[in-house]
Amino acid sequence: MHLSAAERALLNGEGGPAAAMAMRLVAAAGGLLGAERLVEITSAHVDGCLYHGDGGVEFAERLVEGGGRVAVPTTLNVGALDLLHPARVRADAHRAAMARRQMDAYLALGCAPTWTCAPYQVGHRPGLGEQVAWGESNAVVFANSVLGARTERYGDFLDVCCALTGRAPLYGLHLAEHRRATVVVDTSAVRAELKRRPVFYPVLGTWLGLEVGGAVAAVTGLPQDVPEDALKAMGAAAASTGAVGLIHVVGVTPEAPDLETALGGGEPERRIALDGTALRSALDRLSTTRSERVDAVAIGSPHLSLPEARRLRTLVAGRTLRVPFYACTNRAVLGALEDEGAVHDLREAGVDIVVDTCVVVTPILPDGGGVLMTDSGKFAHYGPANTGYDVVYGSLEDCVASAEAGRVIRDEGVWA
Amino acid sequence: MTGTARSAAESGAGEIRCAGRVLVPGEAEGRVLLLRAPVSLWGGVDPASGRISDPRHPDCGVEVAGRVLAVPDTVGSSSSSAVMLELLREGTTPVALLLGRADAIVALGVLVAGELGYATIPVLEVPGEQLARLAERRVTVARDGTVLGR
Repeated sequence: MHLSAAERALLNGEGGPAAAMAMRLVAAAGGLLGAERLVEITSAHVDGCLYHGDGGVEFAERLVEGGGRVAVPTTLNVGALDLLHPARVRADAHRAAMARRQMDAYLALGCAPTWTCAPYQVGHRPGLGEQVAWGESNAVVFANSVLGARTERYGDFLDVCCALTGRAPLYGLHLAEHRRATVVVDTSAVRAELKRRPVFYPVLGTWLGLEVGGAVAAVTGLPQDVPEDALKAMGAAAASTGAVGLIHVVGVTPEAPDLETALGGGEPERRIALDGTALRSALDRLSTTRSERVDAVAIGSPHLSLPEARRLRTLVAGRTLRVPFYACTNRAVLGALEDEGAVHDLREAGVDIVVDTCVVVTPILPDGGGVLMTDSGKFAHYGPANTGYDVVYGSLEDCVASAEAGRVIRDEGVWA
Repeated sequence: MTGTARSAAESGAGEIRCAGRVLVPGEAEGRVLLLRAPVSLWGGVDPASGRISDPRHPDCGVEVAGRVLAVPDTVGSSSSSAVMLELLREGTTPVALLLGRADAIVALGVLVAGELGYATIPVLEVPGEQLARLAERRVTVARDGTVLGR
């Protein structure tokens, strides 16, 4: 792989040991991905700050000791602790201390303490065609699809190495030729009424990820005014069940004003359609139990935006939630909610606001397991393995009604 | 993109030889565990036990530690690099990874382990149809990417 003089200088240690290690890893990744060279990036979003074990702490602290400093504006994904509410996470002393050290190390590298999986909703919005290096699978899909920025799916470690060097391997979705859709996804058989409901989009994403795997899809038939939060939910679910990095929504997302443009003038390799059977099967996959029991509700994966949090406030007004109800969001949204006086209302109804992290990446849910209800395709996908809870998927309205009743209530009519 | 996998399988007298594309070099020997569905290491494999932990995965509960893990496709979370690093640190790791599709996320976990001085494992790209033929065989993986199955 070709390296520029500046890149070779970093490799030779002229930027210090951390930059050298970062450049070794970026160059090695580029080599194994078949990149011919690196590309300069304008920003990074780093997922590596979540504690998975002591190895990740050792890596981050090695970068700090080596004088590491990010070369481009860099936001941070969730950590394993709620730093604003330290008692929230059940962690033994070792885990809590190591998770904190890992978060601190990334701050020491110059990353911004955003602690969110939705950095694109707290002001980090690269523009159309901008080359960036983002981690966190949902954020990757959002940056590529909704913003039209160009990133591959960066994993932990490579994301911060890109941030430290200001470079990413030039391959895959960084290149225009790999951004054209190869699969056309027709949603015209789905009723317009269902497409206006947020509950549809995680189901669409779940099915899409299973169907297209790592291919770029062009989805036709969605409303032109589909909200950003619906696209976020669809992308997060698709990136959970598939290796999805980019979804064009025809007539909506910036690289897909029409189908021909999304296809880059070429012919698709495959055309698929979402029919009633497939929709039902994807919906059913999101629940692992048919029990009426509900022990906790969790929403906010990806983190709630301000409009989503406001919708929750409206829905819980005047109600008392009888089971633990966790709403995961970030500091920026929490601050805005505080300014609106909404935090008091939400807590009064029984909503627990979790920030900096979420209930599926770190132990927050009550010990002992049970049934977790959610309106998030991503929570429904990862919940069982990561929390030990069974999951039931429903709309936000279903989640609130169920939490109030203490048993699962789902509006099945919308799927009829 | 350059470097598409070139791999040729020859079978004769029960022996199979494949030429995988080397993503992370190394040598290994073990029995192949071919997963029946794509996996995300994060949320899919537990570093503490070295077992598949996703209850929706058809191989849930199967131990990957000590096996030559053949994965037709990897999906999902970008935290899988970190899970790979922990598998190597905990010693619950497969002895080699044969990926149907090159995946930088998983390979990076192995490269970082090398930077930190942990023992690493070979990672190869081997086309899916050849992975299928290696299932349950004892294989040796050579530094040049040759996989020899018996």
